Amino acid sequence: MKKLTLPLSPADIDGLHAGDGVLLTGTIFTARDCAHRRLFELLDAGKPLPVQLDETYIYYAGPCPAPEGKACGSCGPTTSARMNAFAPRLLDLGLCGMIGKGEMSEETRAALVRNHKVYFAAIGGAGAQYAKCVKAMQLVAFPDLLSEAIYRMQVEDFPAVVAIDAQGNSVYDR
Amino acid sequence: MSKEKLCILQKLFYNSRMRTLDTSVIGECVYRLARRAGTALTPACRTALERAAAREEGAARFALDTLLENARTAQNERMPVCQDTGMAVVLLELGQEVHLTGAPLADAVDDGVRRAYADGYFRKSICDPLTRVNTLDNTPAHLHVELTQGERVQVTFLPKGFGSENMSRLYMLTPSQGRAGIVRSIVETVRLAGSRPCPPVFVGVGIGGAFDSCAFLAKKALTRDPGSRNPREDVASIEAEALEQINALDIGAQGFGGRVTALDVACEIAPTHIAGLPVAVNIQCHCIRCEKEVL
Repeated sequence: MKKLTLPLSPADIDGLHAGDGVLLTGTIFTARDCAHRRLFELLDAGKPLPVQLDETYIYYAGPCPAPEGKACGSCGPTTSARMNAFAPRLLDLGLCGMIGKGEMSEETRAALVRNHKVYFAAIGGAGAQYAKCVKAMQLVAFPDLLSEAIYRMQVEDFPAVVAIDAQGNSVYDR
Repeated sequence: MSKEKLCILQKLFYNSRMRTLDTSVIGECVYRLARRAGTALTPACRTALERAAAREEGAARFALDTLLENARTAQNERMPVCQDTGMAVVLLELGQEVHLTGAPLADAVDDGVRRAYADGYFRKSICDPLTRVNTLDNTPAHLHVELTQGERVQVTFLPKGFGSENMSRLYMLTPSQGRAGIVRSIVETVRLAGSRPCPPVFVGVGIGGAFDSCAFLAKKALTRDPGSRNPREDVASIEAEALEQINALDIGAQGFGGRVTALDVACEIAPTHIAGLPVAVNIQCHCIRCEKEVL
């Protein structure tokens, strides 16, 4: 397993190939369907976003509430394919990359290559393991969306697999 | 005899013969089952995942090992196995000799769900389909009541995640498509789902019935253990053949490729109309959480 610190340098990205196992340390932001729709409404209205895209890795996830004494509840990834409608535009606007689970569309793949970015797959269904990787979590935007709000997470040794690399190779291709 | 007297006599008669059960007992049972289900895989699921891990290598093996480690962490720390603690599906087999008292049944079940999801730090995932406004307590539960003989009451709790639910399909086949059409539909559903529903999946299949009851059969099939077979030989052979074809798809754990794309296929069957052959395929992710209790 390759240990990596976020944000990744262009050299880090060049060294990543679809199928590689990695342990990520750094800052990521959760966002699911509803939060993406809100971000798009802000973009369409020409208003500022609550996150700086070129410093942001989006984690497609909606965590469980944090029990006493824990930074976060169970927090595995959700199905990335639902965010195909949003990912290409966000990547073109500077998004650093995404973490989710499962294949994404050809449009998303092309946007990753075009912008030299990587899409990581976390292990779906490993929510309790991922909660252990979250060292701190703060609400960033859209509190009314509850678990679907945008949260900033400090993660340490967060296990993932390179799903689509910056050359467009995908772990899901056969 | 006056009407009142007759009523009292009837009450005494029935009370002496019928089992009385307060719905709060069912609600309490739902609470217990929901708390347990959210934080533990079924033993049959753990066994199936261990067997799958032993057959895989590379990224698929890494995924399966992580899932087994995750199940241990969840149990030790009493945390949800998966953050998608699901839609609360409650199957109630209710003996028709049982007289229910107390709050309306659906309210009692919802009360159990509400408390379990709050106390367990489970995610509340139920919302209005149009406004997307969350109900905040994971209610209403998806309650099915099946009347059975006698006094037996069985509660089954299945927290159903939606990454996999989204990949489910219903086919209205024609009778001539027959057995081959059924197998084809099952395999096609899993193939089209690909990596998205968190494979290795558990596939629940309804064969027959009508548009609605067929889908329910598929859901009911998911309350069986992977590794079990339908008692009807011709149905069991569909399960085995579909499983073999699915595992030749090379989707593998998390879509990383491999020998195990499905942990099992479970089919339930019911009579249908002479003009039709409904087939419903309900996908369950590898995170099989299902608890049962007889009251």
